[in-house]
Amino acid sequence: MIVEIENLTINYDGILALDNVSLSVEEKDFLGIIGPNGAGKTTLFSCMLGLLNNYNGEIKFFGANIRKSKQYLHQIGFVPQKPVFEKNFPATVAEVVGMGLTKNQKDNTIDKVLQKVWLHELSHRRIGDLSGGQQQRVFIAKALVNDPQILILDEPVTGIDLQSKDLFYQILRDLNQKDNITVIWSSHDLDAVAKLASKVACLNRTLFFHGISEEFFHNENLLKMYSESSMQMHMHNHEN
Amino acid sequence: MGFEILSYGFMQRALVSGIAIALMCSVVGLFLVLRRHSLFGDALAHSAFGGIAAGLFLGIYPIWTAFVVCILSALGLTKIRQRFQISGDAMVAILLSSGLAMGVILISLAGGFTVNLFSFLFGSILLVSLENTILILGLAGSILIVILLLYRQLVYTTFNEEQAKVSGIQVEKLSYLLVVIAGITVVSSMQLVGILLTSSLIVIPNVTAMLFSRGFKQTSILSMIFAVFSAVAGILTSYSFNVAPGGMIVLISIILFGGSLGIKSFRQKKRVLVLNKEATKLS
Repeated sequence: MIVEIENLTINYDGILALDNVSLSVEEKDFLGIIGPNGAGKTTLFSCMLGLLNNYNGEIKFFGANIRKSKQYLHQIGFVPQKPVFEKNFPATVAEVVGMGLTKNQKDNTIDKVLQKVWLHELSHRRIGDLSGGQQQRVFIAKALVNDPQILILDEPVTGIDLQSKDLFYQILRDLNQKDNITVIWSSHDLDAVAKLASKVACLNRTLFFHGISEEFFHNENLLKMYSESSMQMHMHNHEN
Repeated sequence: MGFEILSYGFMQRALVSGIAIALMCSVVGLFLVLRRHSLFGDALAHSAFGGIAAGLFLGIYPIWTAFVVCILSALGLTKIRQRFQISGDAMVAILLSSGLAMGVILISLAGGFTVNLFSFLFGSILLVSLENTILILGLAGSILIVILLLYRQLVYTTFNEEQAKVSGIQVEKLSYLLVVIAGITVVSSMQLVGILLTSSLIVIPNVTAMLFSRGFKQTSILSMIFAVFSAVAGILTSYSFNVAPGGMIVLISIILFGGSLGIKSFRQKKRVLVLNKEATKLS
């Protein structure tokens, strides 16, 4: 196991955001985390990435408790839901990718990762001049620049057009299957998760399914449970 | 005006200090401008005014007290902002007025100072002694080395704090370091540029450079060129017209900014014309 989460519970802004969540990730897994808005997906990632520390339970990366050392972060590439930056920030695509460098990599590392996301021809363009889909690919390249073992993506295709989404998913599949990178990815897009993920974790503050992707998508009871739970959460969010 | 003015010791000191100050202000200023802290330099300069007044009141060399007050204010402001989540602009307003209030009270208590406070407010070529020049050079060199060593972390934190945190960068510590560096820059600059105009040298060359450049490095280099040109031309013309150097330095940087806006606007119009012509040909 390269990631082990045991009995993770966290109150966030006075609300029980995650309740006794336990899950594990094996090397080369492509884990799709699904759940409605407010289900705790981003909170789960924030705990895993050390951005939130006031949780109960234990999170281990590569066998080590993340409270004890932050070294594991160097083995992780993270792609946020929507890259937040100043629109006029004067940085080229290559400079943004280079920001992620923490190891002494070879000079052509930036070019290589930009090629992986099919953006090498735009390396000298200003990041703010790119489309949303292209910007997200730049953030994947940045996440890959240190040659990570795990890639964590938090609803990375939100607000991106269909064509860019397909290209994005193609890149994720290649990274997992050709480069053997473990992918942990949260999404609302059930069709994409069904096509891409080898394993699924279904989250709605508690974890009510964690297993092989086919098991979930071929089990009508589980799918029904998921839609009912999503609907309840939607109503709850709407009322609040 | 001939080259003989360069043979004067005070002018040599002013030019050397001016170049060092311009480099410091433009490099530190780029991070402040991009973090939307453009007025932070102004607030620090006003707190330095309180420090100057405290030094004159207590009979201590005012630059030292300005350094202490400015750095402590900057650190305090950052701590309060992080702990109580008060917005940056509100904290800048508080820092700005508290520094000014402290200065005004101390000046009133002392019944006015014999030293020319005007020089500190608007800058003076004659105020830069040999000791000051050496101090400014030392501080500018140290600041530029620190920024060069932490360049990637500073740029990343400025671009996106949360992602920088995820990649293991100690964002809070860097924020404290940056405000200390900004405080040192402001106090070092105020003898030549003046308390009231220091922040302009922090902001204007960077905003001008951002009109032309695509990348961060390119922006830094252009900004340094604009800042150094403004400082050198401002000092030389201020001597010729016998006016405060701070005003001339800022005026020249504003002229550069205005000219750059004009060039940018001309280029955009030209591009639109070319596109329209191509569209007409195609149709």
